[in-house]
Amino acid sequence: MHYKAFDNVSDKRFSIVAKSRYFFIFSIIITLLGIVTLLYHGLNYGVDFKAGSSVDISFKKDVSGQKAQIEQFLKDNDFGTPGMTFGAKRVTLRFDDVLTDVKENTLKQGIMDKFDKGASMEVNTVDVEIAKELQGNALKAVLVASIGIMIYVSIRFEWRFAVAAIVALLHDAFIVISLFSIFKLEVNLPFIVAVLTIVGYSINDTIVIFDRVRENLRFAKLKTHEDVANVVNASIWQTMSRSINTVMTVLFATICLLIFGSESIRMFSLAVLFGLISGAYSSIFIASPLWLALKSKQKPKPTAKSSAAS
Amino acid sequence: MNRRLLMFILIVVVSFGVVGGLSKWVVDDVKLGLDLKGGFEILYEAEPIDATSKVTKDSLNETAKSLEARANSTGVQEPEVTTEGDNRIRVKIAGVTDEKKVRDVLKKPAELTFRSARGCAADAGYCKVELTGSDFKQNGADVQQTNLNQYEITIKLKDASKFAEVTREVSKLSPTGSPLAIFLDETMISAPNVAQEINSSSAVISGDFTRDEAKNLKDTINLGALPLKLTEKYTQSVGATLGKKSLDETVYAGAIATVVILLFMMIFYRLPGVIASISIIVFIWLLLLGFNLIHATLTLPGIAAFILGIGMAVDANIIMAERIREELRSGKSILSSQKAGSKNSFRTIIDAHVTTAIAALVLFFIGVGSVKGFAVILLLSIAMSILTNVFFSRLLLTLLLKSGVVKKKSNFGVKESEIRAL
Repeated sequence: MHYKAFDNVSDKRFSIVAKSRYFFIFSIIITLLGIVTLLYHGLNYGVDFKAGSSVDISFKKDVSGQKAQIEQFLKDNDFGTPGMTFGAKRVTLRFDDVLTDVKENTLKQGIMDKFDKGASMEVNTVDVEIAKELQGNALKAVLVASIGIMIYVSIRFEWRFAVAAIVALLHDAFIVISLFSIFKLEVNLPFIVAVLTIVGYSINDTIVIFDRVRENLRFAKLKTHEDVANVVNASIWQTMSRSINTVMTVLFATICLLIFGSESIRMFSLAVLFGLISGAYSSIFIASPLWLALKSKQKPKPTAKSSAAS
Repeated sequence: MNRRLLMFILIVVVSFGVVGGLSKWVVDDVKLGLDLKGGFEILYEAEPIDATSKVTKDSLNETAKSLEARANSTGVQEPEVTTEGDNRIRVKIAGVTDEKKVRDVLKKPAELTFRSARGCAADAGYCKVELTGSDFKQNGADVQQTNLNQYEITIKLKDASKFAEVTREVSKLSPTGSPLAIFLDETMISAPNVAQEINSSSAVISGDFTRDEAKNLKDTINLGALPLKLTEKYTQSVGATLGKKSLDETVYAGAIATVVILLFMMIFYRLPGVIASISIIVFIWLLLLGFNLIHATLTLPGIAAFILGIGMAVDANIIMAERIREELRSGKSILSSQKAGSKNSFRTIIDAHVTTAIAALVLFFIGVGSVKGFAVILLLSIAMSILTNVFFSRLLLTLLLKSGVVKKKSNFGVKESEIRAL
């Protein structure tokens, strides 16, 4: 029973469980802030969610000095004044109307003839209906997946773990959505994939800590609420270096993609980055304390043995 | 040198040999999505050609097949045409050089109809559609030369009795017979007069065609037998150079990330970190091999699933290594620490993988398009991760420890001072 030794260790460490109220408050504030911003200005939907076309042009040479010429070219060819983002070698155009394929060709040909033969383009044209449907579809998928995970965790662990894990998971997905709303970052289809990635990571991370809690519960002598709280706290600390190291390695990967990866997955990488941080935070500071809170609501039974059941 | 050590070395050498020797082949074989290779994707929504009929599963499949045939006729490589839901068709064509031409061929509705003036107002022309594209046999059009050195096009009908009925009704309209006009889209090609019932499964379009005109018309009709009307709902087109650039940048970023992760593992976890690095390399290779075996296409969402997969793979190794370290710190011997650590971490890793797999399965069954692709790759990486990061890692570590060459706990990144007495 070497686990007893950890109980002593945990006593000396900072008690996450004891301070859990502050973490709950912090998360609730962020969530409320998210709801308010979402209601106030919603999400900054990119082309995938608003009818129209987006054209991403990647030039071989520096065209930053030719902004006026490009604008003129667009005007001359009846393209109106689309939204423009200008980089040295990259120009993004956003048309409110869907480009017909004839116009698309005129644009491609014109850009290549007038400005840069080596220019390469990405053109996205979307019917709003499809994007909304995909969004709804993803949302439905997350909810169904949550139910599936809840059933599995309820069988393998206990329903309280399931509830806590799902709360943490939805918390993470929502935080990312809120942050994108607060900073008005563009939401496109890859964003949905990013949210799904976060859901996958978040649940993975939470389960690892829960597994340790469950294991420690088996060996611990539980008489009072403090005993259970100590086990939770010890479990969090025992898995702390794993939690930190894992999130660090995944963060490395994401930051690499953010810095060196292609422009087209920049928003995706950023969403994953937010989600990873939130996922690690919620697994450590929200999920287990929440389980404890649910557990302490449980009606006391004559012997403490029952609470060790898994 | 003992047998277990030999075995260990052998496995590592063979693994690296296979990975090194076959990686060019595996990597070259990975099918890239259009966002990484250039190309385009169109999502069509199908509607019935006339208002009375419905889109059926059959007509949708038939339309998809015709689209594929159209794409193939332009000589592009492996067009991917799939039906989605009740009324959608997704066409993906990667690595196209002449995008405009392919899109034109796909778009051309070329709806062939036979129309009459039955029941029409006096000046409404041929308002009644008697036969539509779906009544004609696919690839049933042919060119023939007549005695007068003219060209005519024969087309085959699916149902002779239907044609008989139509011609009977049309011929009744006037005592001398009445025209049954042939339209390609909204253009009338000819308006032959039908004087009597024609009980045949073929019809002839004659006109003043040159040989080339006749041949073009034949080809268009053959292509044109699309049973459903299609509208574009979503298109994405990526220039080949841009796609290549995305791929290069992403691979470069991925390579840096992988090197950093492996270094981190080796420095921080020492021996288990080295074993983990071997497993992760094998894992990545197997994942790519898996892509090829199930003919998955690597796209940007696929890369997202790949990252999550690597994250989980690293996590599995970290969980095991941390667990072994804990056991070592508690004062156990290296061998029993490894045994207890592997055993205790196994359940955690499986639970973590299974919950993610549940999420991936749901996404697979509910999701469409890129979400489905994401789910497939995630599921694949979960399976590969259990195989390599649980079983393979453990096998290697067990062999090495049982061989007795590892004697110091510092090889696990555990300091002597951290070890408690039992």
